[in-house]
Amino acid sequence: MKINTLGRHIREGLKNLARNGWMTFASISSVTITLLILGVFLLLALNVNHMAKTVENQVEIRVFLDITADQASASALEKKIEALPDVESVVYVPKDQGLIDLKEQMGENGQFLNGLEDENPLPDALTVKTKQPQSVSTVAEKIGSMELVDELDYGAETVNQLFTWTKMMRNVGFVFIIGLAFTAMFLIANTIKLTIVARRREIEIMKLVGATNWFIRWPFFVEGLVMGVMGAVIPVAILTTGYYYLYNNLHSSLYAQMFEILPTNPFVFQVGGILLGIGAFIGIWGSMISVRKFLRV
Amino acid sequence: MIEMYDVWKTYPNGTNALKGINVKINKGDFVFVVGPSGAGKSTFIKLMYREEKPTKGQIFLNSFNVSRIKERQIPAVRRSIGVIFQDFKLLPNLTVFENVAFAMEVIESNKKEIKPRVMEVLGLVKLKHKAKMLPSELSGGEQQRIALARAIVNNPGIIIADEPTGNLDPDTSWEIMKLFDEINLSGTTVVMATHNREIVNSMRRRVIAIEAGEIARDEQRGEYGYED
Repeated sequence: MKINTLGRHIREGLKNLARNGWMTFASISSVTITLLILGVFLLLALNVNHMAKTVENQVEIRVFLDITADQASASALEKKIEALPDVESVVYVPKDQGLIDLKEQMGENGQFLNGLEDENPLPDALTVKTKQPQSVSTVAEKIGSMELVDELDYGAETVNQLFTWTKMMRNVGFVFIIGLAFTAMFLIANTIKLTIVARRREIEIMKLVGATNWFIRWPFFVEGLVMGVMGAVIPVAILTTGYYYLYNNLHSSLYAQMFEILPTNPFVFQVGGILLGIGAFIGIWGSMISVRKFLRV
Repeated sequence: MIEMYDVWKTYPNGTNALKGINVKINKGDFVFVVGPSGAGKSTFIKLMYREEKPTKGQIFLNSFNVSRIKERQIPAVRRSIGVIFQDFKLLPNLTVFENVAFAMEVIESNKKEIKPRVMEVLGLVKLKHKAKMLPSELSGGEQQRIALARAIVNNPGIIIADEPTGNLDPDTSWEIMKLFDEINLSGTTVVMATHNREIVNSMRRRVIAIEAGEIARDEQRGEYGYED
């Protein structure tokens, strides 16, 4: 293709957008609305995912050692656990440290534990973190069968429930996003199809005078791209500003409840980029599948 | 220039439009294709510019084997011919000039060549002064002259016309026929399907009559031969 011809296709595409003013407006609006919904959902889903990950990462196994265990055998056990696959880290918590931690956790009520220092009833413990939060129960099982392990605790029930919940959230989010993306594509394809039906004659004549299929497609390609990108710019602007304010206002209060939402930069810009990409893609795709039908002469 | 060997065309609904057509049209010929409605004239014409594909047989046009070419070679075939229709097929949003220039843009002609060449062919059909008008502002005869200008702008060796005077009154039809005659005199082959008895009978060119999908007559200096 000559450079001149590319210029012609771009001019032609833009001219057609202006010529089909209302149709262009309708197409752009449908991209805008769908991408806005998709964008809100994407922000939500990614944040839920992030929160789930944060919560998941707090999951750890507490291994309480038999009271007969001495320092040497404790570190031997520590090495043994460290050698397990899936284990990220093992921290030795001697009983004195355990008591201090416990006091801290109890806050003001911790004073009731004063005086126990000399006759500490707590066993020595190991805190185990796994590489994958989901492998916590298998790792726990292996540790449970080791010698010198008296008891272990990872909140089996709670952890399993947590994982079912986060998994469900992710799946629902995924299905929603795919569903919305497809809806958007068909909306756009249909709107563009309407503008093309009106231009059927034009395509027919182009074919009769010997235009190649790509010569006919290019202006439509340009139109689809422009419509998709223009349709995406508005939701991206709304979402970026909206999220910026939301983050600034909500971040501190949510953080206090251990929920952390993703910071504006670079998260929102990444989502914006994704939306622009989706907009461009569905615009082009929509106009390409619509024009395809009329190219068979 | 155009050759058909045992060409058959059966449509998906079972209609046998053409049954074993053999014909040879030489460069520079002027051929009228006549026959009753539904006898296969249109199919015969459509096969030539590859709007339809033959069910059986071979068709050669210029250097192409039209019956065998692939989808993506169709544009090349169409560029070597000019096609004209009863309903003109002009683009309503484009001016007269743009409609003709369009055929040159499509084959990616040099921009500098387009303007002088378009004005030249508009001069041939005597519509230079209406270059900036829209097709809707012209009469039927003028619109067909624009279609003719568009058909010849890329210097095709063959002009194929399907009822070009079908929508025109007798006087206007003659104006158009004069242009076809001029184009033919410059060496371009013309193949024209028509129902216009008067024109066929007074021009006395080669006449191919198609009846029930077969060639019934093929005469040099022939006559229309039907009572409409």
